[in-house]
Amino acid sequence: MSIDKTSASAGETPAQDAPAVENPEAAAAAVTAVDPRLLVQQEGLLGYWHEFKRKMKAGELGSVPVVLGLAIICIIFQVLNSNFLSAQNINDITITMVGTGMISVGIVFVLLLGEIDLSVGSVSGAASALAGVLAVNQGWPEWTAVLIALAAGIAIGALHGFFFAVLGAPAFAVTLAGLLFWLGFMLKVLGADGTINLDPNGLVGKLTTYYFSDVAAAYGLAVVVVAVFFLTSFLGNRRREAAGVPSRPLSDTVLRTALLAVVAFAAAYMYNQYKGLPLATVIFLAFLIGTDFVLRRTPYGRKIFALGGSVEASRRAGINVTAVRISVFAISGGFAAIGGLFLASKIASANQSAGTGDLLMNAIAAAVIGGTSLFGGRGRTWNALLGVLVIVSIQYGLQLESIAEPVKYMITAAVLLTTVVIDSITRKTQKTAGRA
Amino acid sequence: MVHVSATPVLALRGVSKRFGAVQALTDVELEVHAGEVVALVGDNGAGKSTLVKTIAGVHPIDEGVIEWDGKPVTITRPHDAQALGIATVYQDLALCDNIDVVGNLFLGRELRKWGVLDEVEMERRSRELLTTLSIRIPSVRIPIASLSGGQRQTVAIARSMLGEPKLVILDEPTAALGVEQTAQVLDLVERLRERGHAVILISHNMADVKAVADKVAVLRLGRNNGVFEVKTTSQEEIISAITGATDNAVTRRAARTNGEVSK
Repeated sequence: MSIDKTSASAGETPAQDAPAVENPEAAAAAVTAVDPRLLVQQEGLLGYWHEFKRKMKAGELGSVPVVLGLAIICIIFQVLNSNFLSAQNINDITITMVGTGMISVGIVFVLLLGEIDLSVGSVSGAASALAGVLAVNQGWPEWTAVLIALAAGIAIGALHGFFFAVLGAPAFAVTLAGLLFWLGFMLKVLGADGTINLDPNGLVGKLTTYYFSDVAAAYGLAVVVVAVFFLTSFLGNRRREAAGVPSRPLSDTVLRTALLAVVAFAAAYMYNQYKGLPLATVIFLAFLIGTDFVLRRTPYGRKIFALGGSVEASRRAGINVTAVRISVFAISGGFAAIGGLFLASKIASANQSAGTGDLLMNAIAAAVIGGTSLFGGRGRTWNALLGVLVIVSIQYGLQLESIAEPVKYMITAAVLLTTVVIDSITRKTQKTAGRA
Repeated sequence: MVHVSATPVLALRGVSKRFGAVQALTDVELEVHAGEVVALVGDNGAGKSTLVKTIAGVHPIDEGVIEWDGKPVTITRPHDAQALGIATVYQDLALCDNIDVVGNLFLGRELRKWGVLDEVEMERRSRELLTTLSIRIPSVRIPIASLSGGQRQTVAIARSMLGEPKLVILDEPTAALGVEQTAQVLDLVERLRERGHAVILISHNMADVKAVADKVAVLRLGRNNGVFEVKTTSQEEIISAITGATDNAVTRRAARTNGEVSK
């Protein structure tokens, strides 16, 4: 029995333990001395470079592959057709992507639990059909119809969550049933005609057609976003300093703010070259910032991450696993409904093909391409933005080249497969680097 | 500041537990005082885990009395045990790999400021707690996944300390650890004792038991098989009590008197 200690050490790193076995004094010193593995970031730009290299080696790729991929996509299509990076084309891309992107935000929540929601495409179609029928056929006020559609999306999601969390059915199977059921529901609601034309000047119609045409709007938003980012980082660091916990140097905050400012003002300039700041983009940004805040700064978000890490640990920590699971599926359903309204707005109608085709796959692919792990517990809602940018950019680029639909599918599939492979390899690297 | 009070923090009097036809525990007695480490040893199936689970409220007892600070209490749910001030660190660590050390320490009892996570205060308190317990980890802001087994175990134990428990139950805390990590955990157990916590330590490792425990309670086939003072008992005596190698009328009597002396 007393051999347990030595035999147990066999699995540990020999470099750490071997001297300790020979020399107990050294072991005692190692305990009291500063841990050599302590992560200390060097000051200045060199420090960032070393930190970056360490992260790449350890497999913490984060958003680096997708940003690189996006750059490559832009360069290739720009070389093929100089219209690709024109203000109008970029404007179209950023508006078109909002519908799929919203659905993808909901998918990120579900993926964080390590689960999947296959019903989002059908739910988005059902929500747009519901809004169309109530507003146009029944003559209800459009905002009531929109609210009911959103509430229906949330309720549908919660229902899926109930079957998964309370009755214990696999989320995959429950939402697969949902995919079929809500597709049927949409077709039934739409009735014989199959298509309802929405009022292009109505609430839903304006979602993707309204522009803040004043030049000041886009620049103003950029100024506000950059200023708020700088202030929250700066004040947060001041608080950390006051509390005596490690804080970022001011140069770090300034550098990050500068990077954000470049992106924000470039986007604002680009929008002003065309029709101005699109309403759809503003709403999408607001939801991204809001969901990111909920996930990373609130106890509720912490619970979602905890469930993605270890269900048993979460349960023992007193987290209401069932409630969190149901709520996450409700969020997914809600975002599917929002996405459905944006997609309906883009074509100014609710029709039978809504929510079908490659929509579901694109929404899931966007979340994964953006860097959300399929294995749960890792990801951010910003991943949805990056991923959907990649997918829609490819679609538009191929359209400019007049490349047919079949090739489009195959290329999107290749991008998705690449991302999943990167995700899997990353996890392996992280395991060997002790970070998974 | 080792002080052993007269009234035990926790006392089990004639506790029995049945699972169907299996009599898991029979008339078990156990006393733990503040500032005392009691090692609970026994072979596989001796009833160690069952006993711990009755204290932690996972399995309510069938017969007998549990006394807390000298008063009889009923523990029927894990929540009851927590409310009394009993913290249990289970063998399979209850930590989330993807969340950082601070997040894990405060999991389920996050500090808030206007409904938002107060990360700064949580990080400050985490550092304070880890410093008090002399726990060294690379950074409180790295995910649990990047820590070694020993570091994870110390984090799990530190987590149980946040609620300021009076009794800490450690279920085989060194089972999967290397030499240095084991030493870290044993140091931590000693620090718990210095801070006046009562500790129940389940272990198969006699070296660990001899190193940190004050008393050893031996279970054999669901019954008490002696309580020994660690200082005055040899490892062989404890092992024979565990294995029952000396299980005859003479040694039973010896063990019984030995047990009474230590009480």
